[in-house]
Amino acid sequence: MGLREALASGKVVVTAEVAPPKGTDLTAFRESLPYLRGRVDAVNVTDFQSAVVRASSLTLCRLLLEEGLDPVLQITGRDRNRIAIQGELLGAAILGIRNVLAITGDHTEIGDHPGAKPVFDLDAVTILQAAQRLNQGRDLAGNPLRGATDFTLGATVTPCYEPLELQVLKMESKIAAGATFFQTQAVYEVEAMRRFREATAHLGDVKVLVGIIPLKSAGMARFMNKNVPGIRVPEELLERMAAAPDPVAAGVKAAGELMAALLAEGLCDGFHLMTLGREDLVPEILAAAGLA
Amino acid sequence: MIIAKQKELAEILQMLEGKQRIFLTGCSQCATTCKFGGEEEVARMAAALKDAGKEITGTVILDPSCISLKVKKDLRRAPGLQEAEAILVLACGDGCQTVAGNTRLPVYPANDTLFIGEVERVGRFKEVCRACGSCELGWTGGICPVTRCAKGLLNGPCGGSRDGKCEVDPELDCAWILIYEALKERGELDKLRQVRLPRDHRKARRLAIN
Repeated sequence: MGLREALASGKVVVTAEVAPPKGTDLTAFRESLPYLRGRVDAVNVTDFQSAVVRASSLTLCRLLLEEGLDPVLQITGRDRNRIAIQGELLGAAILGIRNVLAITGDHTEIGDHPGAKPVFDLDAVTILQAAQRLNQGRDLAGNPLRGATDFTLGATVTPCYEPLELQVLKMESKIAAGATFFQTQAVYEVEAMRRFREATAHLGDVKVLVGIIPLKSAGMARFMNKNVPGIRVPEELLERMAAAPDPVAAGVKAAGELMAALLAEGLCDGFHLMTLGREDLVPEILAAAGLA
Repeated sequence: MIIAKQKELAEILQMLEGKQRIFLTGCSQCATTCKFGGEEEVARMAAALKDAGKEITGTVILDPSCISLKVKKDLRRAPGLQEAEAILVLACGDGCQTVAGNTRLPVYPANDTLFIGEVERVGRFKEVCRACGSCELGWTGGICPVTRCAKGLLNGPCGGSRDGKCEVDPELDCAWILIYEALKERGELDKLRQVRLPRDHRKARRLAIN
Protein backbone atom coordinates (compact mmCIF):
# COMPACT_ATOMS: atom_id res chain seq x y z
CA MET A 1 0.00 0.00 0.00
CA GLY A 2 1.36 3.40 -0.97
CA LEU A 3 0.52 6.90 0.19
CA ARG A 4 -2.51 7.31 -2.08
CA GLU A 5 -4.10 4.09 -0.85
CA ALA A 6 -3.23 4.88 2.76
CA LEU A 7 -4.85 8.32 2.49
CA ALA A 8 -7.97 6.78 0.96
CA SER A 9 -8.17 3.97 3.54
CA GLY A 10 -8.95 6.21 6.50
CA LYS A 11 -6.12 4.70 8.56
CA VAL A 12 -3.58 6.80 10.45
CA VAL A 13 -1.11 7.75 7.72
CA VAL A 14 2.58 8.06 8.55
CA THR A 15 5.19 9.62 6.32
CA ALA A 16 8.88 10.09 7.03
CA GLU A 17 11.49 12.30 5.44
CA VAL A 18 15.03 11.81 4.21
CA ALA A 19 17.51 14.31 2.81
CA PRO A 20 19.74 13.44 -0.16
CA PRO A 21 23.46 13.35 0.67
CA LYS A 22 25.74 16.32 0.23
CA GLY A 23 28.00 14.30 -2.01
CA THR A 24 27.64 10.86 -3.49
CA ASP A 25 27.97 8.70 -0.39
CA LEU A 26 24.69 6.83 0.17
CA THR A 27 25.73 5.06 3.40
CA ALA A 28 23.51 7.09 5.73
CA PHE A 29 20.59 6.83 3.31
CA ARG A 30 20.91 3.05 3.04
CA GLU A 31 21.30 2.66 6.81
CA SER A 32 18.04 4.56 7.37
CA LEU A 33 15.95 2.26 5.18
CA PRO A 34 15.40 -0.68 7.60
CA TYR A 35 13.88 1.74 10.13
CA LEU A 36 11.37 2.98 7.55
CA ARG A 37 10.48 -0.07 5.48
CA GLY A 38 7.15 -1.55 6.54
CA ARG A 39 6.65 1.18 9.13
CA VAL A 40 5.71 4.25 7.13
CA ASP A 41 3.36 4.74 4.18
CA ALA A 42 5.66 7.02 2.25
CA VAL A 43 8.97 8.86 2.49
CA ASN A 44 9.50 12.47 1.43
CA VAL A 45 12.78 13.38 -0.19
CA THR A 46 13.72 17.03 0.33
CA ASP A 47 14.56 19.28 -2.64
CA PHE A 48 17.84 21.08 -1.87
CA GLN A 49 16.43 21.90 1.55
CA SER A 50 17.55 25.17 3.12
CA ALA A 51 18.81 26.14 -0.35
CA VAL A 52 21.87 23.92 0.08
CA VAL A 53 23.47 21.97 -2.77
CA ARG A 54 22.88 18.23 -2.41
CA ALA A 55 21.97 15.32 -4.67
CA SER A 56 18.57 15.79 -6.29
CA SER A 57 15.28 14.68 -4.80
CA LEU A 58 14.37 12.78 -7.97
CA THR A 59 17.42 10.52 -7.73
CA LEU A 60 16.71 9.43 -4.17
CA CYS A 61 13.01 9.05 -4.89
CA ARG A 62 13.88 6.50 -7.55
CA LEU A 63 16.24 4.67 -5.17
CA LEU A 64 13.45 4.54 -2.54
CA LEU A 65 11.13 3.01 -5.11
CA GLU A 66 13.72 0.35 -5.86
CA GLU A 67 13.88 -0.34 -2.12
CA GLY A 68 10.13 -0.89 -1.94
CA LEU A 69 9.23 2.44 -0.33
CA ASP A 70 6.72 4.91 -1.78
CA PRO A 71 8.54 8.21 -2.35
CA VAL A 72 7.13 11.73 -2.16
CA LEU A 73 9.03 14.04 -4.50
CA GLN A 74 9.43 17.45 -2.87
CA ILE A 75 9.80 20.17 -5.45
CA THR A 76 10.36 23.88 -4.87
CA GLY A 77 10.08 26.93 -7.10
CA ARG A 78 13.44 28.32 -6.07
CA ASP A 79 15.79 26.65 -8.54
CA ARG A 80 13.76 25.87 -11.65
CA ASN A 81 11.46 27.82 -13.92
CA ARG A 82 8.14 26.45 -15.18
CA ILE A 83 9.80 24.56 -18.02
CA ALA A 84 12.24 22.73 -15.75
CA ILE A 85 9.60 22.02 -13.09
CA GLN A 86 7.22 20.44 -15.56
CA GLY A 87 10.07 18.49 -17.13
CA GLU A 88 11.21 17.24 -13.72
CA LEU A 89 7.66 16.15 -12.92
CA LEU A 90 7.31 14.30 -16.23
CA GLY A 91 10.64 12.62 -15.55
CA ALA A 92 9.45 11.65 -12.07
CA ALA A 93 6.30 10.11 -13.50
CA ILE A 94 8.36 8.12 -16.01
CA LEU A 95 10.50 6.81 -13.14
CA GLY A 96 7.38 5.64 -11.30
CA ILE A 97 7.05 8.38 -8.69
CA ARG A 98 3.40 8.95 -7.77
CA ASN A 99 3.45 11.61 -5.06
CA VAL A 100 4.52 15.25 -5.25
CA LEU A 101 4.80 17.80 -2.46
CA ALA A 102 4.90 21.36 -3.81
CA ILE A 103 6.87 23.94 -1.83
CA THR A 104 7.81 27.55 -2.56
CA GLY A 105 11.31 26.97 -1.17
CA ASP A 106 13.69 28.77 1.15
CA HIS A 107 15.37 31.81 -0.39
CA THR A 108 18.80 31.26 -1.98
CA GLU A 109 20.26 33.86 0.38
CA ILE A 110 19.87 31.61 3.42
CA GLY A 111 21.65 28.68 1.75
CA ASP A 112 25.24 27.73 0.96
CA HIS A 113 25.35 29.58 -2.39
CA PRO A 114 23.83 32.87 -1.23
CA GLY A 115 24.71 34.72 -4.44
CA ALA A 116 22.75 32.29 -6.64
CA LYS A 117 19.89 33.61 -8.77
CA PRO A 118 16.57 32.88 -7.04
CA VAL A 119 14.03 31.72 -9.65
CA PHE A 120 10.53 31.59 -8.08
CA ASP A 121 8.91 31.57 -11.51
CA LEU A 122 6.30 29.32 -9.88
CA ASP A 123 5.31 29.20 -6.21
CA ALA A 124 3.81 26.31 -4.25
CA VAL A 125 0.35 27.11 -5.62
CA THR A 126 1.37 27.36 -9.26
CA ILE A 127 3.56 24.24 -9.01
CA LEU A 128 0.41 22.42 -7.89
CA GLN A 129 -1.45 23.97 -10.80
CA ALA A 130 1.22 22.77 -13.22
CA ALA A 131 1.15 19.25 -11.76
CA GLN A 132 -2.63 19.18 -11.90
CA ARG A 133 -2.48 20.12 -15.58
CA LEU A 134 0.05 17.35 -16.22
CA ASN A 135 -2.37 14.95 -14.52
CA GLN A 136 -5.00 16.14 -17.00
CA GLY A 137 -2.72 15.48 -19.97
CA ARG A 138 -1.70 19.06 -20.71
CA ASP A 139 1.14 21.37 -19.75
CA LEU A 140 0.76 24.79 -18.15
CA ALA A 141 0.60 26.46 -21.56
CA GLY A 142 -2.23 24.12 -22.60
CA ASN A 143 -0.21 21.96 -24.97
CA PRO A 144 -1.27 18.28 -25.08
CA LEU A 145 1.01 15.62 -23.62
CA ARG A 146 1.63 12.19 -25.02
CA GLY A 147 0.86 10.35 -21.80
CA ALA A 148 -0.43 12.12 -18.69
CA THR A 149 0.93 11.91 -15.15
CA ASP A 150 -1.06 10.53 -12.24
CA PHE A 151 0.29 12.30 -9.17
CA THR A 152 -1.19 12.54 -5.72
CA LEU A 153 -0.52 16.17 -4.86
CA GLY A 154 0.36 17.56 -1.48
CA ALA A 155 1.46 20.83 0.05
CA THR A 156 2.66 22.26 3.35
CA VAL A 157 0.95 24.40 5.95
CA THR A 158 2.13 26.09 9.14
CA PRO A 159 -0.43 25.75 11.98
CA CYS A 160 1.48 28.14 14.29
CA TYR A 161 1.50 30.97 11.72
CA GLU A 162 0.53 34.51 12.66
CA PRO A 163 -1.87 35.73 11.28
CA LEU A 164 -3.44 32.26 10.95
CA GLU A 165 -6.20 33.53 8.64
CA LEU A 166 -3.58 34.39 5.99
CA GLN A 167 -2.15 30.87 6.23
CA VAL A 168 -5.64 29.41 5.82
CA LEU A 169 -6.28 31.60 2.74
CA LYS A 170 -3.12 30.21 1.20
CA MET A 171 -4.16 26.68 2.13
CA GLU A 172 -7.43 27.28 0.28
CA SER A 173 -5.46 28.33 -2.82
CA LYS A 174 -3.39 25.15 -2.57
CA ILE A 175 -6.52 23.03 -2.38
CA ALA A 176 -8.02 24.88 -5.34
CA ALA A 177 -4.80 24.12 -7.24
CA GLY A 178 -5.04 20.39 -6.54
CA ALA A 179 -3.53 19.60 -3.12
CA THR A 180 -5.29 16.67 -1.46
CA PHE A 181 -2.99 16.24 1.52
CA PHE A 182 -1.00 18.57 3.74
CA GLN A 183 2.10 17.99 5.79
CA THR A 184 2.47 20.60 8.50
CA GLN A 185 5.43 22.43 9.96
CA ALA A 186 6.46 20.77 13.23
CA VAL A 187 3.89 21.13 16.00
CA TYR A 188 4.53 20.71 19.75
CA GLU A 189 1.18 21.61 21.31
CA VAL A 190 -2.28 20.05 21.04
CA GLU A 191 -3.75 23.52 21.46
CA ALA A 192 -2.07 24.77 18.26
CA MET A 193 -3.78 21.99 16.29
CA ARG A 194 -7.13 22.68 17.96
CA ARG A 195 -6.94 26.28 16.81
CA PHE A 196 -5.80 25.23 13.35
CA ARG A 197 -8.54 22.64 12.85
CA GLU A 198 -11.13 25.12 13.96
CA ALA A 199 -9.85 27.67 11.44
CA THR A 200 -9.85 25.05 8.65
CA ALA A 201 -13.09 23.22 9.50
CA HIS A 202 -14.70 24.59 6.31
CA LEU A 203 -12.10 23.04 4.01
CA GLY A 204 -13.76 19.66 3.58
CA ASP A 205 -12.03 16.36 2.98
CA VAL A 206 -8.39 17.29 2.94
CA LYS A 207 -5.90 15.11 4.78
CA VAL A 208 -3.65 16.72 7.36
CA LEU A 209 -0.47 14.97 8.48
CA VAL A 210 0.97 16.76 11.49
CA GLY A 211 4.69 17.47 11.34
CA ILE A 212 6.69 15.88 14.14
CA ILE A 213 10.32 16.77 14.83
CA PRO A 214 11.44 14.87 17.92
CA LEU A 215 13.49 17.11 20.19
CA LYS A 216 17.01 15.88 20.90
CA SER A 217 17.90 18.46 23.54
CA ALA A 218 16.66 21.61 25.24
CA GLY A 219 19.25 23.52 23.20
CA MET A 220 17.69 22.31 19.96
CA ALA A 221 14.27 23.47 21.18
CA ARG A 222 15.63 26.90 22.08
CA PHE A 223 17.41 27.13 18.72
CA MET A 224 14.21 26.32 16.82
CA ASN A 225 12.16 28.77 18.88
CA LYS A 226 14.64 31.47 18.02
CA ASN A 227 15.39 30.64 14.40
CA VAL A 228 12.81 28.43 12.70
CA PRO A 229 9.71 30.19 11.40
CA GLY A 230 6.42 28.63 12.48
CA ILE A 231 7.89 26.46 15.24
CA ARG A 232 7.00 27.07 18.86
CA VAL A 233 8.19 24.71 21.56
CA PRO A 234 6.32 25.53 24.78
CA GLU A 235 8.30 26.45 27.88
CA GLU A 236 6.97 23.44 29.78
CA LEU A 237 8.37 20.99 27.21
CA LEU A 238 11.63 22.90 27.14
CA GLU A 239 11.99 22.45 30.91
CA ARG A 240 11.12 18.79 30.62
CA MET A 241 13.88 18.35 28.03
CA ALA A 242 16.40 20.27 30.15
CA ALA A 243 15.69 18.06 33.17
CA ALA A 244 15.78 14.74 31.29
CA PRO A 245 18.72 12.41 31.97
CA ASP A 246 18.36 11.02 28.43
CA PRO A 247 17.12 13.94 26.31
CA VAL A 248 16.79 11.94 23.06
CA ALA A 249 14.54 9.40 24.79
CA ALA A 250 12.60 12.25 26.40
CA GLY A 251 12.11 13.86 22.96
CA VAL A 252 10.82 10.58 21.53
CA LYS A 253 8.46 10.13 24.46
CA ALA A 254 7.11 13.69 24.16
CA ALA A 255 6.56 13.22 20.42
CA GLY A 256 4.68 9.96 21.03
CA GLU A 257 2.50 11.55 23.72
CA LEU A 258 1.62 14.48 21.45
CA MET A 259 0.74 12.12 18.58
CA ALA A 260 -1.49 9.99 20.81
CA ALA A 261 -3.22 13.10 22.16
CA LEU A 262 -3.83 14.49 18.66
CA LEU A 263 -5.29 11.17 17.52
CA ALA A 264 -7.48 10.91 20.63
CA GLU A 265 -9.05 14.26 19.78
CA GLY A 266 -9.30 13.49 16.07
CA LEU A 267 -7.18 16.51 15.21
CA CYS A 268 -5.29 14.93 12.30
CA ASP A 269 -5.22 12.15 9.73
CA GLY A 270 -1.67 11.10 10.46
CA PHE A 271 1.88 12.30 10.93
CA HIS A 272 4.89 13.44 9.00
CA LEU A 273 8.02 12.44 10.92
CA MET A 274 10.99 14.71 10.27
CA THR A 275 13.79 13.00 12.16
CA LEU A 276 16.60 15.06 10.61
CA GLY A 277 19.09 12.25 10.07
CA ARG A 278 17.92 10.16 13.06
CA GLU A 279 15.59 7.92 11.05
CA ASP A 280 16.57 5.14 13.49
CA LEU A 281 14.19 6.86 15.94
CA VAL A 282 11.12 6.26 13.75
CA PRO A 283 10.20 2.83 15.23
CA GLU A 284 10.54 4.20 18.80
CA ILE A 285 8.40 7.26 18.02
CA LEU A 286 5.68 5.09 16.50
CA ALA A 287 5.80 2.78 19.54
CA ALA A 288 5.58 5.76 21.91
CA ALA A 289 2.50 6.96 20.00
CA GLY A 290 0.89 3.54 20.19
CA LEU A 291 1.15 3.10 16.42
CA ALA A 292 3.72 0.30 16.23
CA MET B 1 12.96 58.09 -7.92
CA ILE B 2 15.94 56.07 -9.21
CA ILE B 3 18.19 55.19 -6.29
CA ALA B 4 21.93 54.60 -6.70
CA LYS B 5 25.02 54.64 -4.56
CA GLN B 6 28.54 55.68 -5.36
CA LYS B 7 31.10 52.98 -6.05
CA GLU B 8 34.23 52.78 -3.90
CA LEU B 9 36.88 55.21 -5.12
CA ALA B 10 39.30 52.32 -5.64
CA GLU B 11 36.96 50.72 -8.17
CA ILE B 12 36.47 54.05 -9.96
CA LEU B 13 40.23 54.59 -10.16
CA GLN B 14 40.68 51.08 -11.51
CA MET B 15 38.17 51.81 -14.31
CA LEU B 16 39.95 55.09 -15.07
CA GLU B 17 43.40 53.51 -15.22
CA GLY B 18 45.37 54.93 -18.13
CA LYS B 19 43.02 57.92 -18.48
CA GLN B 20 44.47 61.14 -17.14
CA ARG B 21 42.10 63.93 -18.21
CA ILE B 22 38.59 63.30 -16.89
CA PHE B 23 35.31 65.12 -17.52
CA LEU B 24 32.55 64.67 -14.90
CA THR B 25 28.79 64.71 -15.43
CA GLY B 26 26.03 64.73 -12.82
CA CYS B 27 22.27 64.89 -13.10
CA SER B 28 19.75 67.46 -11.90
CA GLN B 29 17.01 65.01 -10.95
CA CYS B 30 17.13 61.78 -8.90
CA ALA B 31 20.92 62.01 -8.55
CA THR B 32 20.63 65.51 -7.07
CA THR B 33 17.69 64.75 -4.77
CA CYS B 34 19.21 61.50 -3.54
CA LYS B 35 22.76 62.85 -3.45
CA PHE B 36 24.59 60.51 -5.78
CA GLY B 37 25.29 62.98 -8.58
CA GLY B 38 24.31 66.58 -7.80
CA GLU B 39 26.61 69.63 -7.66
CA GLU B 40 27.95 68.67 -4.27
CA GLU B 41 28.82 65.07 -5.16
CA VAL B 42 30.38 66.05 -8.48
CA ALA B 43 32.59 68.63 -6.71
CA ARG B 44 33.59 66.05 -4.11
CA MET B 45 34.43 63.51 -6.81
CA ALA B 46 36.49 66.10 -8.71
CA ALA B 47 38.52 66.78 -5.56
CA ALA B 48 39.03 63.08 -4.86
CA LEU B 49 40.21 62.42 -8.41
CA LYS B 50 42.60 65.37 -8.26
CA ASP B 51 44.02 63.97 -5.01
CA ALA B 52 44.53 60.72 -6.89
CA GLY B 53 46.57 62.59 -9.53
CA LYS B 54 43.92 63.04 -12.22
CA GLU B 55 43.21 66.23 -14.10
CA ILE B 56 39.58 67.39 -14.23
CA THR B 57 38.92 69.12 -17.59
CA GLY B 58 35.39 70.19 -16.67
CA THR B 59 32.07 69.25 -15.10
CA VAL B 60 28.40 69.62 -16.00
CA ILE B 61 25.16 68.79 -14.24
CA LEU B 62 22.94 67.45 -17.03
CA ASP B 63 19.32 68.54 -16.75
CA PRO B 64 18.50 65.66 -16.78
CA SER B 65 20.95 62.94 -17.80
CA CYS B 66 18.23 60.72 -19.28
CA ILE B 67 16.78 62.80 -22.14
CA SER B 68 18.87 61.96 -25.16
CA LEU B 69 18.40 65.10 -27.27
CA LYS B 70 19.04 67.35 -24.31
CA VAL B 71 22.15 65.45 -23.24
CA LYS B 72 23.49 65.67 -26.80
CA LYS B 73 22.98 69.45 -26.88
CA ASP B 74 24.39 70.06 -23.40
CA LEU B 75 27.46 67.91 -24.05
CA ARG B 76 28.19 69.77 -27.30
CA ARG B 77 28.38 73.03 -25.39
CA ALA B 78 30.14 71.72 -22.28
CA PRO B 79 33.47 73.51 -21.70
CA GLY B 80 36.35 71.15 -21.11
CA LEU B 81 34.83 68.09 -22.77
CA GLN B 82 37.03 68.41 -25.88
CA GLU B 83 40.16 68.14 -23.74
CA ALA B 84 38.98 65.02 -21.87
CA GLU B 85 40.09 61.43 -22.43
CA ALA B 86 37.15 59.94 -20.57
CA ILE B 87 33.81 60.84 -18.96
CA LEU B 88 32.84 59.72 -15.46
CA VAL B 89 29.07 59.81 -14.99
CA LEU B 90 27.52 60.45 -11.58
CA ALA B 91 23.96 59.41 -12.47
CA CYS B 92 21.92 56.23 -12.71
CA GLY B 93 22.57 53.46 -15.24
CA ASP B 94 20.16 55.12 -17.62
CA GLY B 95 21.86 58.50 -17.28
CA CYS B 96 25.21 56.83 -17.87
CA GLN B 97 24.04 55.08 -21.04
CA THR B 98 22.42 58.24 -22.39
CA VAL B 99 25.75 60.03 -22.04
CA ALA B 100 27.58 57.08 -23.60
CA GLY B 101 25.21 57.17 -26.57
CA ASN B 102 26.01 60.81 -27.24
CA THR B 103 29.80 60.91 -27.18
CA ARG B 104 32.73 59.10 -28.75
CA LEU B 105 34.70 59.25 -25.51
CA PRO B 106 34.80 56.22 -23.21
CA VAL B 107 32.18 56.60 -20.47
CA TYR B 108 32.41 55.12 -16.96
CA PRO B 109 29.79 54.83 -14.21
CA ALA B 110 30.61 56.33 -10.82
CA ASN B 111 27.54 54.71 -9.27
CA ASP B 112 25.86 51.36 -8.81
CA THR B 113 22.17 51.77 -9.65
CA LEU B 114 20.02 49.99 -7.09
CA PHE B 115 16.29 50.38 -7.59
CA ILE B 116 13.19 52.47 -8.19
CA GLY B 117 12.28 53.63 -4.73
CA GLU B 118 10.61 55.92 -2.36
CA VAL B 119 12.49 58.58 -0.40
CA GLU B 120 11.37 57.95 3.19
CA ARG B 121 13.58 60.71 4.53
CA VAL B 122 16.97 62.17 3.60
CA GLY B 123 19.34 59.31 2.88
CA ARG B 124 16.76 56.60 3.53
CA PHE B 125 15.22 54.86 0.53
CA LYS B 126 12.85 51.94 0.12
CA GLU B 127 12.56 49.81 -3.01
CA VAL B 128 8.94 49.80 -4.16
CA CYS B 129 8.79 49.06 -7.90
CA ARG B 130 10.57 46.59 -10.19
CA ALA B 131 9.16 48.06 -13.40
CA CYS B 132 7.88 44.57 -14.17
CA GLY B 133 5.59 45.62 -17.00
CA SER B 134 2.44 44.22 -15.42
CA CYS B 135 1.24 46.17 -12.39
CA GLU B 136 -0.42 44.09 -9.66
CA LEU B 137 -1.13 46.94 -7.22
CA GLY B 138 -4.86 46.94 -8.01
CA TRP B 139 -5.57 43.86 -5.90
CA THR B 140 -2.79 44.04 -3.32
CA GLY B 141 -3.80 47.00 -1.20
CA GLY B 142 -1.25 49.23 -2.92
CA ILE B 143 1.73 47.10 -1.79
CA CYS B 144 3.81 45.47 -4.52
CA PRO B 145 4.49 41.76 -3.90
CA VAL B 146 6.72 41.51 -6.98
CA THR B 147 9.12 44.01 -5.43
CA ARG B 148 8.61 43.81 -1.70
CA CYS B 149 8.32 40.03 -1.27
CA ALA B 150 11.88 38.69 -1.55
CA LYS B 151 10.54 35.84 -3.67
CA GLY B 152 8.12 38.00 -5.67
CA LEU B 153 5.26 35.66 -4.74
CA LEU B 154 1.76 36.30 -6.08
CA ASN B 155 -0.16 33.64 -4.17
CA GLY B 156 0.37 34.64 -0.58
CA PRO B 157 3.27 34.35 1.85
CA CYS B 158 5.90 31.62 2.03
CA GLY B 159 6.45 29.89 5.35
CA GLY B 160 9.58 31.89 6.06
CA SER B 161 8.36 34.97 7.88
CA ARG B 162 9.10 35.39 11.59
CA ASP B 163 7.26 37.96 13.67
CA GLY B 164 6.07 39.60 10.46
CA LYS B 165 9.61 39.94 9.08
CA CYS B 166 11.18 38.44 5.95
CA GLU B 167 13.40 35.33 6.11
CA VAL B 168 15.97 37.07 3.92
CA ASP B 169 16.28 40.26 5.98
CA PRO B 170 14.85 40.60 9.49
CA GLU B 171 14.72 44.38 8.97
CA LEU B 172 12.25 43.90 6.14
CA ASP B 173 8.50 43.57 6.71
CA CYS B 174 6.87 40.53 5.10
CA ALA B 175 5.06 42.14 2.16
CA TRP B 176 2.32 39.51 2.33
CA ILE B 177 1.44 40.30 5.92
CA LEU B 178 1.25 44.00 4.95
CA ILE B 179 -0.99 43.11 2.00
CA TYR B 180 -3.19 40.94 4.23
CA GLU B 181 -3.58 43.73 6.79
CA ALA B 182 -4.36 46.34 4.12
CA LEU B 183 -6.98 44.15 2.42
CA LYS B 184 -8.50 43.05 5.71
CA GLU B 185 -8.94 46.65 6.76
CA ARG B 186 -10.77 47.36 3.50
CA GLY B 187 -12.89 44.22 3.72
CA GLU B 188 -11.25 42.90 0.53
CA LEU B 189 -9.71 39.62 1.69
CA ASP B 190 -11.63 37.84 -1.07
CA LYS B 191 -8.98 39.15 -3.45
CA LEU B 192 -6.61 36.62 -1.88
CA ARG B 193 -8.96 33.74 -2.66
CA GLN B 194 -8.23 33.89 -6.37
CA VAL B 195 -5.31 31.74 -7.54
CA ARG B 196 -2.93 33.96 -9.49
CA LEU B 197 -1.40 32.52 -12.64
CA PRO B 198 2.36 32.60 -13.20
CA ARG B 199 3.52 35.94 -14.55
CA ASP B 200 4.19 36.60 -18.23
CA HIS B 201 7.86 37.51 -18.11
CA ARG B 202 7.81 38.88 -21.66
CA LYS B 203 6.14 41.95 -20.23
CA ALA B 204 9.25 42.78 -18.21
CA ARG B 205 11.39 42.65 -21.34
CA ARG B 206 9.74 45.37 -23.38
CA LEU B 207 12.92 47.26 -24.29
CA ALA B 208 11.43 50.19 -26.17
CA ILE B 209 8.16 52.04 -26.65
CA ASN B 210 7.80 54.06 -29.85
